[in-house]
Amino acid sequence: MATSETSNIKRLQVRRFKPEENPKSTYLTEETGIWAWMTTVDHKKIGLMYLASILFFFFVGGTLALLLRTELLTPAQSFITADTYNQIFTLHGAIMVFFFLVPSVPAALGNFVLPLQLGCKDVAFPRVNLLSYYIYVIGAVFTLIAIFTGGVDTGWTFYTPYSATTGGNVMMMTLGVFILGFSSILTGVNFIVTIHRLRSPGQTWNKISLFLWSLYATSIIQILATPVLAITLLLLTMERALHIGIFDPALGGDPVLYQHFFWFYSHPAVYIMIVPGFGIVSEIISTFSRKHIFGYWAIALSSLAIAFIGFLVWGHHMFTAGQSSLANMVFSFLTFLVGIPTGIKIFNWVATMYKGSIDMKTPMLYIMAFLFLFMIGGFTGIMLGSLAVDIHLHDTYYVVAHFHYVMMGGMVMAFLGGLHYWWPKMFGKMYNEFWARIACVVIFIGFNLTFLPQFVMGSMGMPRRYFNYLEQFQGYHQASTYGSYILGIGFLIIAAYLLHSLLRGKKAPPNPWGSRAMEWQTSSPPSLHNYEHTPVVINGPYDYHKPMSEFQLGIEGSHNGHGEHQHTETKTVEADK
Amino acid sequence: MAQTSANVKKGDHVQHHFVDSDQQFESAKMGMWIFLVTEILFFGGLFLAYIVFRSWYPELYLMASDHLDTFWGAVNTVVLIGSSLTVAMAIRSAQLNQQKGLIINLAITIALACIFMVIKYFEYTHKFDLGIYPGAYYAYDGIAHDKANIFFSIYYMMTGLHGIHVLIGIGLMIWLIVRARKGHFHSEYYTPVEITGLYWHLVDIIWIFLFPLLYLID
Ligand code: HEM
Ligand SMILES: [Cu+2]
Repeated sequence: MATSETSNIKRLQVRRFKPEENPKSTYLTEETGIWAWMTTVDHKKIGLMYLASILFFFFVGGTLALLLRTELLTPAQSFITADTYNQIFTLHGAIMVFFFLVPSVPAALGNFVLPLQLGCKDVAFPRVNLLSYYIYVIGAVFTLIAIFTGGVDTGWTFYTPYSATTGGNVMMMTLGVFILGFSSILTGVNFIVTIHRLRSPGQTWNKISLFLWSLYATSIIQILATPVLAITLLLLTMERALHIGIFDPALGGDPVLYQHFFWFYSHPAVYIMIVPGFGIVSEIISTFSRKHIFGYWAIALSSLAIAFIGFLVWGHHMFTAGQSSLANMVFSFLTFLVGIPTGIKIFNWVATMYKGSIDMKTPMLYIMAFLFLFMIGGFTGIMLGSLAVDIHLHDTYYVVAHFHYVMMGGMVMAFLGGLHYWWPKMFGKMYNEFWARIACVVIFIGFNLTFLPQFVMGSMGMPRRYFNYLEQFQGYHQASTYGSYILGIGFLIIAAYLLHSLLRGKKAPPNPWGSRAMEWQTSSPPSLHNYEHTPVVINGPYDYHKPMSEFQLGIEGSHNGHGEHQHTETKTVEADK
Repeated sequence: MAQTSANVKKGDHVQHHFVDSDQQFESAKMGMWIFLVTEILFFGGLFLAYIVFRSWYPELYLMASDHLDTFWGAVNTVVLIGSSLTVAMAIRSAQLNQQKGLIINLAITIALACIFMVIKYFEYTHKFDLGIYPGAYYAYDGIAHDKANIFFSIYYMMTGLHGIHVLIGIGLMIWLIVRARKGHFHSEYYTPVEITGLYWHLVDIIWIFLFPLLYLID
């Protein structure tokens, strides 16, 4: 291959390294055994460990949700008591937010993909990466202890003064989430440094993928917001342990201060929960439209803009909590501003699809669902951001529907899209495309049936977090409950065919989608050190007008510093054995 | 930007996923700086609580601050600033390959940190003797303000968390000494010393804010 100029100081001898079709040794076949997995510092294995854990929590949280919905089939008590109901919705929220959604894309998919997209062998601090996983596990253990030693009935927001006085084991739970926060922080630190320092030769800031930009923006939010959650929960824990009184009006403290603290984290945290999803959308839309992404910089910078503005809007959760009306107006205005960068993204994605050759494979199908559902979630967010409307809608099912449209309709769809997109890369196996599409449609229908009625009954005044309700709402609640069962079936289908794919799936080629992005230019699954060469980047990850050969360059003669793996040279020999 | 020099022989200390020693050093340093940002936000929450309550109960802060011992607070400030100097000297020793200097400077830093903790211990026990406990356990009637407990809750939270950071720092430096005695650090590789030093400076700086805000306002 030709020699190319890769930076202003260096000329590198490069040649093409075609990804191997039948890799003999992959990260899954090396360093096997329980102990090797538990002590691994390989980002891919850690990513899979996270993946297994978050899927477990998704299952637990989902089961709890079905219990809640079943209770709500009738206006009166059906089969669980009010106290149990409170505990279940608290657990459902806390588990879904802190143990599933926050780590879902960054820690699970991101961990796997980020170094692959940078062409490096690992994240900057592999041991810290493993540490962050174990911190997550410890946080989870605390939470489990809390569940079995009294439970928590405060809601995932742990509002004071209720959370400081109610029974149950709130302390264990807040400590669990406190610990969990450090896992999130460490992942953020790791990602930022890795993106800054470990890019491949030639990979300048305008040649990294938009998924990396979104992880970068997310990491910034994680490191700036999570410590505030940590101190908040620590203060709350102390409030319960020692009654330090900071949030307790009886001792001279202020419960609204708690809400400020909490939402200063938790509003940015909703962007921790959605911005990585934006990154996945960009990847998938470009790949399945076979087209250069429209407005690369607009999408990249709007992620940073969202991260920034996201820090200035937390007050919109407290419009009815006794904020001054000036503060209300400012927060309301700033809330509207968030819609701008979000809108920019949507327009650019749609413009990318325009005149592309669109291939409606499963990942793309999920992204279509994302666009549709997330827009509804975003627009209803803007409505909640307007003061007069929010006074009416605050703490009703309308809010519940809003955040489920963004969190589940947005992020979970993006997560599922990403999971299906990278699945062949992770395991080297294809899944059944037919059933995957069926499941996507089932989930889409189930989702809307579950949450659309909630907008309606919310605007009619159905308050959230109640286990009984007026009879007039029964029709909506029943529709919602049946919808949730359909959703459940959709997820069971996914579980079935993914399991089948793991055990009997067809072998995946290195690049089943014909993508230009870097992670597809190595074998599926990748080898232990990701690439057998040092990749060199001369094009952006969406340059579909350039030939594939230009995306598979590596430094001539190098073995990525690992002499013992020389598959490129010995390939034919080994294939004969 | 990552520099590629695949044919250059790496030193033993360079982990496999880094291209060279510089890249590893720069990464570690950057990671620590970002971590320090998170620390600042962590304490930031407490500073915010301090500000809120001070603007509500300004007279309480003036009265309660009288009960903090400015003299010992000042001594502790000097002690910590001194330890920042010695930790910087430890880094310098590592850069110059002076094994002995490195170990001695780290040892002095640890000693100063311990002095800090001992003084803090006496300050705390003195308050406990008076009945100045945090929160609901507050049982002192020497301050004529019914929200006096709040000031001391904040005081204990801030200095307590800072104290925990000092203890962690002591632990880190003991670990550094153990490694230094095995000869792990030299002019080509002293990253752990450098980033522990950064951490220690932050612990110092936080105290430099805590001292005037808590002790010197009367
Ligand atoms: C266009 C962007 C968005 C706007 C303008 C917006 C606006 C709002 C407003 C004003 C509320 C408060 C409603 C109330 O309690 O009365 C709210 C609640 C909420 N939003 Fe959003 N939102 C947006 C996007 C998102 C995203 C992307 C997520 C998560 C991925 C999200 C998650 C939530 C959650 C969880 C709540 C309820 C929290 C609770 O009280 O339990 N929002 N949103
Ligand atoms: Cu918000």
